[in-house]
Amino acid sequence: MAKLVAVTIVVIAILSAIPIITHTWPGNISVGLPQDISTHGYLIDEQYADTMIEAGVSFLASQLLLAYFIWRFSSYKPGDKIKKFPGGATGLVVAAFLLVGTEVLALGVFGTKAWGSVYFTPPSPNAMAVQAQAGQFAFYFRYPGPDGTFGPIHPNLVSEASANFFGLDTTNDPDSKDDIVTAEMAIPVNREIHLLMHSKDMGHSFYVPELRIQQDFVPGLDVSVHFTATKIGKYEIVCTQLCGLGHYNMKAYLEVMSQEDFDKWLKQQAALQ
Amino acid sequence: MKKAQNLVAIVSMLVLVCCGALLLNQKVSAAGEGKITGNVKFEGAAPHMRGIDMSKDPYCVKATSANPAHMETTLVGSSGGLENVVLYIDGWSGDATVEKNVPIFDQKNCMYVPHVLPLDVNQTFKVTTSDNTAHNIHPLPNPMVNVGWNQSQPPGAPPIEKSWKNPEAIRVQCNIHPWMQGWFVVVKGPYAVSDSSGNYTINNVPPGSYTVKAWHEPDQTQTQKVTVSAGQAATASFSFK
Amino acid sequence: MHDMSAHAAQHGAPTSFIRKHIFSLDHKVIGKQYYDLALVAVLIGMVLSWIMRLHLGWASLAIPGLHLLSKTGAPGDVMTPEYYLQLMTMHGTIMVFFVLTTAPFAAFGNFFLPIQAGAEDMPFPHFNMMSFWVTFTGFIVLVASFFVSDGPTLGGWTQYAPLSAAGPVGGPGEGWGVVLWAASIAFFCVGQLFGSLNFITTTLDMRCKGMSLLRLPLSAWGWFITSVMGLTAFAVLMPACILLILDHVAGTSFFVPGGLVVNDQVLPHQGGSTLLWQHLFWFFGHPEVYIAIVPGMGIVSHVLITNMRRPMLSHRVIIYSMAALAVLSYMVYGHHMFVSGMNPVSSLAFSFPTLVITIPSAIIVLIWLGSLYGSKLRINSASLFALGFISMFISGGISGFFLAQPSIDIMVHATYFVVGHFHLVMGVAAMFGIFAGTYFWFPKMFGRMMNETLGKIHFWCSFVGAYAIFMPFHYLGIAGNVRRYQAFVDDYLIPLIPVHKFITVAALFTGAVQLIFVYNLIYSRFKGPKAPNDNPWEGTSLEWSTATPPPHNNFGDKMPVVYHDPYQYSVEGASADYIMQTSPEPVHSPDEEK
Repeated sequence: MAKLVAVTIVVIAILSAIPIITHTWPGNISVGLPQDISTHGYLIDEQYADTMIEAGVSFLASQLLLAYFIWRFSSYKPGDKIKKFPGGATGLVVAAFLLVGTEVLALGVFGTKAWGSVYFTPPSPNAMAVQAQAGQFAFYFRYPGPDGTFGPIHPNLVSEASANFFGLDTTNDPDSKDDIVTAEMAIPVNREIHLLMHSKDMGHSFYVPELRIQQDFVPGLDVSVHFTATKIGKYEIVCTQLCGLGHYNMKAYLEVMSQEDFDKWLKQQAALQ
Repeated sequence: MKKAQNLVAIVSMLVLVCCGALLLNQKVSAAGEGKITGNVKFEGAAPHMRGIDMSKDPYCVKATSANPAHMETTLVGSSGGLENVVLYIDGWSGDATVEKNVPIFDQKNCMYVPHVLPLDVNQTFKVTTSDNTAHNIHPLPNPMVNVGWNQSQPPGAPPIEKSWKNPEAIRVQCNIHPWMQGWFVVVKGPYAVSDSSGNYTINNVPPGSYTVKAWHEPDQTQTQKVTVSAGQAATASFSFK
Repeated sequence: MHDMSAHAAQHGAPTSFIRKHIFSLDHKVIGKQYYDLALVAVLIGMVLSWIMRLHLGWASLAIPGLHLLSKTGAPGDVMTPEYYLQLMTMHGTIMVFFVLTTAPFAAFGNFFLPIQAGAEDMPFPHFNMMSFWVTFTGFIVLVASFFVSDGPTLGGWTQYAPLSAAGPVGGPGEGWGVVLWAASIAFFCVGQLFGSLNFITTTLDMRCKGMSLLRLPLSAWGWFITSVMGLTAFAVLMPACILLILDHVAGTSFFVPGGLVVNDQVLPHQGGSTLLWQHLFWFFGHPEVYIAIVPGMGIVSHVLITNMRRPMLSHRVIIYSMAALAVLSYMVYGHHMFVSGMNPVSSLAFSFPTLVITIPSAIIVLIWLGSLYGSKLRINSASLFALGFISMFISGGISGFFLAQPSIDIMVHATYFVVGHFHLVMGVAAMFGIFAGTYFWFPKMFGRMMNETLGKIHFWCSFVGAYAIFMPFHYLGIAGNVRRYQAFVDDYLIPLIPVHKFITVAALFTGAVQLIFVYNLIYSRFKGPKAPNDNPWEGTSLEWSTATPPPHNNFGDKMPVVYHDPYQYSVEGASADYIMQTSPEPVHSPDEEK
């Protein structure tokens, strides 16, 4: 019975590792990290890979050790004496401090670099500003228009019924007149984007796995992130913060375009306002 | 020859059925009742109804690809008629619930059909879905007047049957598809809603003097006095800006 | 300490049925009541998870009879999005609070802590009785929310504001559903505060003669450390819940900022902070993870050592490590908030302690492994589950490396990776701890033996099944599969649905297997073979030196006197393979720690 437990643990440990290593689930389903289309993403991916190696080795080593000990020490004769682990508890504690301690210290220090690339470097002054507004259960986006300035948001004017999603007062606020509101987010490739995040109602989140960005929208507190997309294509922005019954269907598309296509798109959108 | 006979048979059957229906329906058969008809116009240039970007739900995009959706807040027909105006009798003193049919409020191609549903108080209506994506139906009455609700209808779910207790114009929306906006206009007594040419007919009005009220979203109303004689049609026409 | 135990002994053995079985002051009866409450709760929670899993695998499938649960939630047996979230919230709340906290901590702790410490009862038996009945009230209030007009709350067990605080505008269940939820949890907190107070006082003041703190078994240490955590954690969650209720019923705005617009209407709130709720909740929430798992660590240490027939490699190191976990658990809670909009510098400040907390966890695992080395391992249902606990704890714990780093957390936050992580480490592992404790202590609690064959079948199916369910969660999370979705409609999630189908099948299978356990538990309680003696596993701690089941005052007329550390197994030169703590037989083993 004990030997079977040991074998089962080994089999489970190995089976568990296979999809991680091959990035595939039976039926050719890809379960690895999605492709990276951001300039900072490689730092996160490297950090992820390092962590996976350390975690994978720790996982396999400890499961296999557990299995081996179960296999080995469940069969004994009545007269057998118990044995003490070489080095005793002190050895193990020192080992834990040294091995795990260095491991986590390394992860912590290098991880800070990746984190800093997203949050500690300010956006460059010529980054393109886009505002995202999250509400139950759709995202809307706003481009400042030719004047480069966003008009103020008036909560009492917010109206889904009349499609004034941002609560703009286009008659009285000159800055709002040329603002372009869209349901899709288009951005030019290889241009830094400064995303200003505003929540209309609940907590929401902006998650684009390919962009290696996830950031909550905080009601009452406008936060921002910045990123540069490097690959033209159509990606999905999904909400990851439970915001109500339609949470599962709260999404928008992110279109990364060439600069010319983007300019054309923005002109089209401006005409539709 | 044979064809003509068949046609006659079918037509006479239809006439019989219609007569039967008329006889069975007391309201219509009451020869003494009159009606109010008229037209609702929109003054000035029709406002531009913006297209709706449904890109958040690919199902909706596909469903509307042949016939792009646009907003429906002010629908003006080619002849200047204003659609979706609800006409009813202000201060109706008869039976509150005159209409006994069960109207359907459908969710189709990620829009509400009809956009405005007039109802009597306590008149049962059905909310149905023709879409293969889940909607939530969220009417927003004044909590002091009616009790609101918020219920989802995933594909394949049975119709939701509801009614409203008190007169009120109630905006309804889908939060999953925030552009889906509609109205339940709850009134007392007979009502009508203007068609795409702005025409309407309120049936089953007993003879007498009345104030006809016209409602257009979000909260515009106009009134006109009319006198209905037995078996006759009174007219009241409106124009909104 | 002796005047306290004299006080506790004042209540004599009850005679009426009500005082004996319902409003009992006896910690053993209260422990069993907690166990039964957890059993009812876990069955409800499990059925909820079956419904959820079925829906996640086959979203358009009508689940026959579902409309009986809620006509509006599942019209025509078709699950609505809100009903899925409501079931999910109830599953999480019931499991975290009423199962993972009550069973390993309140149930086993109540029954065995006083006995293992050599006390006649808890010092405040009336508080103890209230602790159970207040918790029970909390459970009833929570279940009652199924029956209010909009159904239970859909905000998830974390109840993030402002969704939880804005009122009915937020969605179905966000009105009375939330109020009942918050009231239920506030009741629960009060119950656990009473319990923690009793546990701490019992441990510090009620120990019998010779029972120094370090002579307490590791299970007792687990409960003691947990109760210290409980005292501080529940004391924060309870006021947070009260503030949440006030936001609903008294027009306050603790958690709702101004200027929010729902359905084109500006909410009548201003000045609150949504992050405040997250701070208050996670200040409780992270210690809660350890409240669920540390008793399991204690139980597993206790069960394993008995079945390894040797002293723990180091008794003290396990105690110190558990205490380190408790202290650190308050310094790491911010790792739940890396993407919350909290200052990114704070993220680093929370990240390092989170990484550091792996050190005491690793030490505990290594001491277990080191103790396994050279032992004489006995295989039975209890030890199998204890070994399974170690495997699960390793698997679930290691994914913490990823979640501890904000840079990687950006990728896997709020995905199935997190769900897999906490289900393995605090769900499955804690459940395995409960199972190990049940198979181990059942003879002492009920005087009868459980069926070993059924127990082993239960272990095999649960062990393989739990891995089959929760390992794939990690792969889904890495691929970006967001949690708390009632259906997967995103283009990049649709290809992953076959994985969800596999998980659903595994979950239904593993769930069904638990019915074997329930059968074994109930049948053995009334019809199982009588325990052959007072010490069927040849243990050494005090619970094995008293009668089975223990008398009303635990030890009859003779209070025990303790002479040894708890785990004197395979002592050289001893007359038997083990020396009880109450045995005056001298020990000359180098393993005896002074």
